[in-house]
Amino acid sequence: MIEATSVKKYFGDRPVVAGISFSVARGEVLGFLGPNGAGKSTTMRMITGFLPLSEGSISIGGCDIEENPVEAKRLFGYLPENAPAYQDMSVGGFLQFSAAIRGLSGRAGKAAVERAAGLCHLEGVMRQPIDTLSKGYRHRLCFAQAILHDPPVLILDEPTDGLDPNQKHEMRELIREMGRDKAIIVSTHILEEVEAICTRVIIIDRGTLVFNGTPRELLARAPHGDRVLVILRGIDGEEAVAALEKLPQIRRAEILGEEEGRLTLALQPTGKGEDFAWNIKKMLDERRWEFCELHTESGRLDEVFRDLTAPDGADRKEGVA
Amino acid sequence: MKNILTIIRRELGSLFTSPVAYVFLVIFLVLTGFFTFMIGGFFVRNEADLTSFFFWFPWLFILLVPAVGMRQWAEERRQGTLELLFTMPISVPEAVLGKFLAGWLFLGIALFLTCPIVFTVCYLGDPDAGPIVTGYAGSFLLAGSYLAVSGMTSAFTRNQIVSFITSTVLCLLLVLIGFPPVTDLLLKWGAPTGVLDLSAGLSVFYHFTGMQRGVFDLRDIVYFLSLTALALMITGTVLKNRRG
Ligand SMILES: Nc1ncnc2c1ncn2[C@@H]1O[C@H](COP(=O)(O)OP(=O)(O)OP(=O)(O)O)[C@@H](O)[C@H]1O
Ligand SMILES: [Mg+2]
Repeated sequence: MIEATSVKKYFGDRPVVAGISFSVARGEVLGFLGPNGAGKSTTMRMITGFLPLSEGSISIGGCDIEENPVEAKRLFGYLPENAPAYQDMSVGGFLQFSAAIRGLSGRAGKAAVERAAGLCHLEGVMRQPIDTLSKGYRHRLCFAQAILHDPPVLILDEPTDGLDPNQKHEMRELIREMGRDKAIIVSTHILEEVEAICTRVIIIDRGTLVFNGTPRELLARAPHGDRVLVILRGIDGEEAVAALEKLPQIRRAEILGEEEGRLTLALQPTGKGEDFAWNIKKMLDERRWEFCELHTESGRLDEVFRDLTAPDGADRKEGVA
Repeated sequence: MKNILTIIRRELGSLFTSPVAYVFLVIFLVLTGFFTFMIGGFFVRNEADLTSFFFWFPWLFILLVPAVGMRQWAEERRQGTLELLFTMPISVPEAVLGKFLAGWLFLGIALFLTCPIVFTVCYLGDPDAGPIVTGYAGSFLLAGSYLAVSGMTSAFTRNQIVSFITSTVLCLLLVLIGFPPVTDLLLKWGAPTGVLDLSAGLSVFYHFTGMQRGVFDLRDIVYFLSLTALALMITGTVLKNRRG
């Protein structure tokens, strides 16, 4: 549904988006990740036809956004960053206006407004002027405006920003639900959100694509994805490390903490580390070392993220999917 | 076409829910009355016509019309709703035209509300109908031109004050360009009469005076409409190219 080909954007001489290509199909929820100022919102503004492209092309449902903007714009709903809305209108009036611009007037318009307001829990504030709304409600209002016409494509710039935990949860459910038959792009800074709702992830850093794959693939890149943590009791740290590092399966043992007789160790496997935790348990049992915890660490997204978008270009991991 | 109507409805709605509209109308009517009856020397001249009524509009509008036009785009930029508007399925000309027509309609309402002044004059004397009709038509066209110019300056900035000041200056320039200080200057520079005529012909005042006197000249109408169209076209181009 969305096709972006070598999209570039310069502000003056500065390249802010430096050649990004990707596509989103129906049934996909694509997560946009990247540090502040990476160019996520700029890319979304180009997809939605608000900013002209410097180079490249973008099409939505087969309509080129620059050559056929009005047709393309019919196909999506857009929630801009900061959720703008006409401050001097009432919630209901604003939604009616949005419906009318989308060609929904009369009964169809009314039904659409009611449906969207219901989904976003706005029924109680329909007559309230927008400039008196709280931030979360304003965000929900702008989201309601985006889904009003039940578009096949949704582009959401930080949709859960400013929502309370319950609303965040509900918004994620809603996005996941709608993702079944729509093509959705969501940008976010909340990494758990990516695992919860996205079927695919893109990471942008300084205008270039540094990752494009599933959340699972992203996790697999976690630096400590396969290490095992053990907490031992009544054993001296130096002694344990020396003993453990002699074992062929263990590449490295590292003391993470030692207090009140509890010793926390991180064990790095040599090679792939199949049955690593199991082997360690057997070995600890053989030595009759007492342990109160032993588990394989699952990779942490924030570590992968930090790795891929390291501020110092030199130690950034190479390889773009 | 439908989109234009939707935009007009929204614009008028937000004008009339804010105090701007009412403050504007009150000030406009008070000033019009004041200029007509006090400064215009209506009672002194002992002649019941509307010369002193229409005479002041080019000056009055310089201050008042930019107050309506300054918010048009600057406010959209400031609130970020420009991003919303231009990602909806609506073309730039539709948006520009919709906003302009809404403002023009509002100014038309303001002009219409000056009727009591006209009735008063009719009651006191027996003025010709011709100058009243062309005077109103001229005032309406003049308001449209000023509005388009202030909409244009509004498209450049997110700051309403900047927009107001620049459009006031531009409108003032449009009046002064046919006045002696400017034409004298041109004369001193040795400009040929062609340029002088052009300069005078470009003046809003020149074209308005004709209509105010009851002269119906197609050229005046063409002048006002082209000025409006030019300003609207520039507005559209600016909005197409300068969004971020
Ligand atoms: N109109 C503009 N003129 C000049 N530079 C701009 C403009 N808009 C954005 N930028 C710059 O482009 C870069 C990318 O901005 P963008 O808003 O796309 O970042 P982002 O990835 O959305 O960041 P965040 O996570 O903070 O939302 C920033 O450095 C920003 O300063
Ligand atoms: Mg952003």
